[in-house]
Amino acid sequence: MHLMLEFGGGLELLCESVKVHNVNVDMPKGADKLTMKDLLAWVRTNLIKERPEMFMKGESVRPGVLVLVNDCDWELSGQLDTTLEDKDVVVFISTLHGG
Amino acid sequence: MEADAKPMKLGGRLCCVCNQRRAALKRPKTLEQICRECFYAVFEEEIHQVILENKLFKPGERIAIGASGGKDSTVLAYVLSELNRRHNYGLDLFLLSVDEGITGYRDDSLETVKRNELQYGLPLKIVSYKDLYGWTMDEIVKMIGLKNNCTFCGVFRRQALDRGAALLKVDKVATGHNADDIAETVLLNILRGDIARLSRCTSIITGEDGPIPRCKPFKYTYEKEIFMITLGCQSLNELSTYAYFKKLDYFSTECIYSPNAYRGFAREFIKDLERIRPRAILDIIKSGEDFRIATSTKMPEQGTCERCGYISSQKWCKACVLLEGLNRGLPKLGIGRNQGLNSDAKKDIKKDDRTKSIESKQCGSLEF
Repeated sequence: MHLMLEFGGGLELLCESVKVHNVNVDMPKGADKLTMKDLLAWVRTNLIKERPEMFMKGESVRPGVLVLVNDCDWELSGQLDTTLEDKDVVVFISTLHGG
Repeated sequence: MEADAKPMKLGGRLCCVCNQRRAALKRPKTLEQICRECFYAVFEEEIHQVILENKLFKPGERIAIGASGGKDSTVLAYVLSELNRRHNYGLDLFLLSVDEGITGYRDDSLETVKRNELQYGLPLKIVSYKDLYGWTMDEIVKMIGLKNNCTFCGVFRRQALDRGAALLKVDKVATGHNADDIAETVLLNILRGDIARLSRCTSIITGEDGPIPRCKPFKYTYEKEIFMITLGCQSLNELSTYAYFKKLDYFSTECIYSPNAYRGFAREFIKDLERIRPRAILDIIKSGEDFRIATSTKMPEQGTCERCGYISSQKWCKACVLLEGLNRGLPKLGIGRNQGLNSDAKKDIKKDDRTKSIESKQCGSLEF
């Protein structure tokens, strides 16, 4: 499944200062869909190069990290249960840095 | 689609205001689902109401917007210039920036402010630590290391903003502090046992008795919503019919000298609370407002610094004490409570015991 992931607000520093990542993510074995929960695990393994605790807490993002799926607040689509589709755009922005 | 059907039933996706467009945001304050277009309108209207209800500005006033190049002040500059035009506030707006002298951080963010100057057509004034104090933060860190450097920066910035405001001859300074920032500050002041600041930090206007008052139009505004404004603006070209949804240009990198700042812990705690119950942020602000201080508590008397004339509850203001330390090679002067203050320095500065500040009290002396 092809996805576009964007990191901002300082999170890009955790993935070699690259803001936009065009990636292919496979569905978990035996599953028929890819959820945000699966994607976060994939991102942590494959994209985050340092300080993963700045990005995640438990199996979700750290509080203070905003997530948008196709420009929509993920709190409206079920957060970790959000089902992703091909060509979706997922944005992660940290609000933990100063303003 | 029936008009009286609840938006929730329609896939949970429709805006609760217009009932037509897809919701893009869950508002932390109200838990409402709202679309981008309605959100921008509601956001601006709420700030307008806060300004009116709290009488933040008077017609004809000159107002400096404390502009760091970060998201809060960028959105503040944008919203104030927009509301000033739309509602004829009759304000003369200026951007005021402080250059702390941090290579790779402030020089970059000042570039953002310079772009804002052009975008919003607001005159910009930059005051630098180097000009005001003779030291840049780079030089200070070189001398004192990465411990306590944020104390220097914070104390110096406060004064620098006031001095810049005086140079611009403004009536008031508006800063971009948002609800999350204020809740954080309430917690920090409780943790530090700093009652004097606790009683001030939730006021929407401060320093009215001083030369240049400050106000916080975003006092009730969640950080998440300020972010949504900047984000929406980035992707607006394709999404929105609104002409003003240009990309808001802001700078978002952590200060290179503050990775361990104490405030960070309070910030994280606030964000943890927000996830569980978003109203917690406004509730903490309310608690701060309602905090009653025993009438027997001695509050620091506001006087002026004997050396530079700035407001101070001590003989010398904090900036002068810190500066004296730097210039004499005793950078720990004025840092912390008892620890770190070497006795030589103590004698030299002759702390005025008569007006001993409650800010120097240990925790545990709070009276409820």
